[in-house]
Amino acid sequence: MDSFAQRKYIIGALILLMLLTFVIRLFYLQIINEEYKISAENNSRRYVVQYPSRGLVYDRNGKLLVENQAAYDIMVIPRQIKDLDTFALCQLMDVDIEYARKFFRREKNSYKPVVFIPQLSLEKFAAIQDHLFKFPDFYPQTRSLRKYPFPNAAHVLGYIGEVDSSIISKNPYYKMGDYIGISGIEKSYEDELRGRKGVKIFLVDVHNRIKENFENGKYDTAAIVGNDITTTLDIELQKYGELLMANKRGGIVAIEPSTGEILALVSSPSYDPNLLVGRARSKNYPVLNADIEMKPLFNRAIMSSQTPPGSTFKLVNALVGLQEGVITRESRFSCSAGYIIGSFKVGCHAHASPLDLENSIGNSCNAYYCNVFRKIVDNRKYKSVRKGYEVWRRHVNSFGLGTVIDTDLPMSKSYSGTIGNPDRWDKIHGKGKWKSLSIISLAIGQGEVGASPFQLANLVSAIANRGYFYIPHIVKKIAGNRKVDKKYLKKVFTTVESRHFEPVINGMELAVYGPGGTAHIAQIEGIRVCGKTGTAQNPHGENHSLFVAFAPKENPKIAIAVLVENGGYGGTWAAPIASLMMEKYLKDSISGPLRKDLEKRMIEGDLIHKNNEAQH
Amino acid sequence: MRRNINVITSVDWLTIFLYLLLVLLGWINIYSAVYDDEHKSIFDFTQRYGKQIIFIAAAVFIAVCLLIIESNFYSLFAYGIYALMILLLISVLFLGKEVNGSRSWFEMGEVRLQPAEFAKFATCLALARLLSDHNFRFRDRKFVARIILIIMLPVGLILLQRDAGSALVYYLFIIVLYREGMPALIFFLGLAIPVLFVVTLLFDKIYLFVFLLSLFYIFFYAMYLNLKHLGISLAIFTGSVLLAISYFFINNQETDWSYVLLVSFGLSSLVYFFLEFRYKLRNAFIINMIVLCSIGFTFTVDYVYNNVLHKHQKIRIDVLLGLDQDVKGVGYNVNQSMIAIGSGGPFGKGFLHGTQTKLNYVPEQDTDFIFCTVGEEWGFTGSVFVLLLFAFLLIRLIYLAERQRSVFSRVYGYGVVAILFFHLAINIGMTIGLAPVIGIPLPFFSYGGSSLWAFTILIFIFLRLDSSRMQLL
Ligand SMILES: [Zn+2]
Repeated sequence: MDSFAQRKYIIGALILLMLLTFVIRLFYLQIINEEYKISAENNSRRYVVQYPSRGLVYDRNGKLLVENQAAYDIMVIPRQIKDLDTFALCQLMDVDIEYARKFFRREKNSYKPVVFIPQLSLEKFAAIQDHLFKFPDFYPQTRSLRKYPFPNAAHVLGYIGEVDSSIISKNPYYKMGDYIGISGIEKSYEDELRGRKGVKIFLVDVHNRIKENFENGKYDTAAIVGNDITTTLDIELQKYGELLMANKRGGIVAIEPSTGEILALVSSPSYDPNLLVGRARSKNYPVLNADIEMKPLFNRAIMSSQTPPGSTFKLVNALVGLQEGVITRESRFSCSAGYIIGSFKVGCHAHASPLDLENSIGNSCNAYYCNVFRKIVDNRKYKSVRKGYEVWRRHVNSFGLGTVIDTDLPMSKSYSGTIGNPDRWDKIHGKGKWKSLSIISLAIGQGEVGASPFQLANLVSAIANRGYFYIPHIVKKIAGNRKVDKKYLKKVFTTVESRHFEPVINGMELAVYGPGGTAHIAQIEGIRVCGKTGTAQNPHGENHSLFVAFAPKENPKIAIAVLVENGGYGGTWAAPIASLMMEKYLKDSISGPLRKDLEKRMIEGDLIHKNNEAQH
Repeated sequence: MRRNINVITSVDWLTIFLYLLLVLLGWINIYSAVYDDEHKSIFDFTQRYGKQIIFIAAAVFIAVCLLIIESNFYSLFAYGIYALMILLLISVLFLGKEVNGSRSWFEMGEVRLQPAEFAKFATCLALARLLSDHNFRFRDRKFVARIILIIMLPVGLILLQRDAGSALVYYLFIIVLYREGMPALIFFLGLAIPVLFVVTLLFDKIYLFVFLLSLFYIFFYAMYLNLKHLGISLAIFTGSVLLAISYFFINNQETDWSYVLLVSFGLSSLVYFFLEFRYKLRNAFIINMIVLCSIGFTFTVDYVYNNVLHKHQKIRIDVLLGLDQDVKGVGYNVNQSMIAIGSGGPFGKGFLHGTQTKLNYVPEQDTDFIFCTVGEEWGFTGSVFVLLLFAFLLIRLIYLAERQRSVFSRVYGYGVVAILFFHLAINIGMTIGLAPVIGIPLPFFSYGGSSLWAFTILIFIFLRLDSSRMQLL
């Protein structure tokens, strides 16, 4: 009767075939393919980064140097925008309509929040805040920017900026839009200052509205605020140093010898660190960077490490001579307006002759140090000039000259200065063919020798301590009970024994107080100052003025090095500036009409524009 | 000869059990899809799951009523019911509430009814009545014309309501017609052409080739169980493929897989053509030809789509098939739907823990895309369980249809199978990206009174007919 009954099998098979296809497809979607699970998470989970506030920075007396100020990014998810009155928006936010058009053309397909206007100041944001509800797709995101109550110490404090892709690829902590320390303390103490970002995970619906905390916040992490840092800087001293160095090129570094704490680190010309905050940075940085006349971004206190130390270097040669036993404090060498051997001559100025060691420092006799240097290098004990030279060089290095001083200022490691390498003498004069006379300029701190004000300050610090120094450093204390690196608490001994320092220090005292002393101008009433002038030969123009000093003589509280480029003799600019700095630090103010007058002269002295006029 | 048999003892309780289980699972998933923290009570009638409880209660009431009505009422009044539904379909065009530019709903206070849903069982009854005519023959043109009229009348009216999805359901009545003796060739072509058409445009044709080829070889092996012939054929196929690959490789060209497979298949099938001629296997020859033609057809579709059609024509087809990749458009829905289901993994995220559906990433999540909730919260296990329930129900219905003594009941039974099958295939296929996006509900699962009641009526009329099958000779 029913001849088509077997067709039920075909129909049943068709149904089962389809269902089997579905099962296979579901197996692929739900079990094999992982993509959909990831998409689902991306879809619905919103990771809201909790930015910690960056640690604050104080000076040694608790004065705030770096603080945070709130800024507001105006965010938007372009894909979400409906019925936008672009004109009204631009009017409210005070931006160019062209800017907005370009922005939306570029970002129109973004599902992620993007910054429409970056870093509105609190004042600007407050002005528009009440009207923001008219544009529900736009919302503020708080960002924290730096603010500098003092327009000083820019080179020390450094600045922060947004990370670039190379940083992101090296360190996964950083994400696009994060800030990182780029220079100064901001860079060297980045890990302490930045704190730790937290994250809140929300579930968002298809319209990107936050619905609830993901798993009741089980996977959220709180942001940990950055640690506050107390620096070793004395901001008043720093400020004063910058004032004194106005319109001069150069640097000042002042150190507390008993701790190695950097009291001031001045590089001039400088800039107001507030210029490099937030949005302003992109505008101002190129301007500062392009200023090749002033080079305000160039930290001369540390980076001018190829400047010859001039006569300040005689201190080192005296100490090495004493340690090597080639001279004693009684050794005298005659000087006939210079050091003359045959037709070879290193000139000197007029002074009594012969001088002993202490007076040779006080009078800064060139001939004396030519003799001392040759005795060290040509010492029979070492069998060859090269060996003798290497012994000398090792002694010099032990003062932190020509070597890296492992400090917490980022740039210092790449600016280690120079103490002529013997291989270089081999190259110039031929292997084994050079003698002490070939490199005699090293005796008086010229030629293949270079040191930054920072290194010279460390040198005087070691002399002030009679044989050792603490590694100079800029950070005194990190909040949150974090100890400063132990290396800053350890004495670093030079290779010269303590007993050899007394005559050298006496010589430095003579330079300030003795007859024929080169730095009488550095005297401070009631305080015994020890110093040494230096003049760095400058083939490009006026010589550089140098002065190193510490005070008081007993229990020194401050060691200082000053470089004033094109300042001529050490006694002209560097010594008075150093002396005023020390007086300011030790006595808190400058006393007496003479000193006040000197201060005025120093502040008003303009070596930059004067030189320019001379050139024209 | 009539025997009075109590409905309670003779009705197929297994089907009722499956029906109730599916309705219950459907409600649980609607609850989960709509659920939010503010509305937790299951009897919150402002929420859709609360309303669905009322719909279910009404459905049970309807079911009981249908079981009480005498079974010969349905065959007697089949045409009358059909006519009534046609009238409703016409009147809704004028009196219905306009939603999104189409009038397909009657609104009576809180209750909305969609006549198109109810037209299905009416058409089913009318078709059953027609095919159970003693004089019915497929060769009789008059009958064929009537069949076409009965089916096309509601289709035309539903299309006027711009409800293409509901209209397409009627296409699957070819299953019923096939069972009742429509030529197999028409049936297979009728199924294959639209399927191939959609599949060709929806997927890379390479997948289709692989599918058809496997089908071919499985079929022939199953038919002859001769490993030697299969081996020869496969050897020719493999050799040809390797040859072609090395040809492309030597000439440094990119291998065009579809052509390689096509040519290799053509060569390898020669073995079977030879066998078919030798042993005069007409059926095998026809099936062989069908596979070959299918492949030819996909090529044609592909070629026409890419080279003949104008851009605006293509767009129209794309929109129809849900290929429109506009993220806010249909493509977006399917993508979100697959993300939701895919993210369920093997065991799902658990009841009320689906994020994609709960956060409204999936559109229409309690109606057309309700299967997403199943997939996300119950995972592969739950999805397969639901599929198995449906499979079980369909097979059970076929079994019931086959045991009918009257042609009327059998035709009606197959009508039920066809309608459920279409809804199932399109609805779930759409959520997992295997079928074009056509907005039709998943039987028993999707939220809404009309569709639940329509499926209830559809099934319970059949159960009533089945329970009294012994009353007829
Ligand atoms: Zn002299």
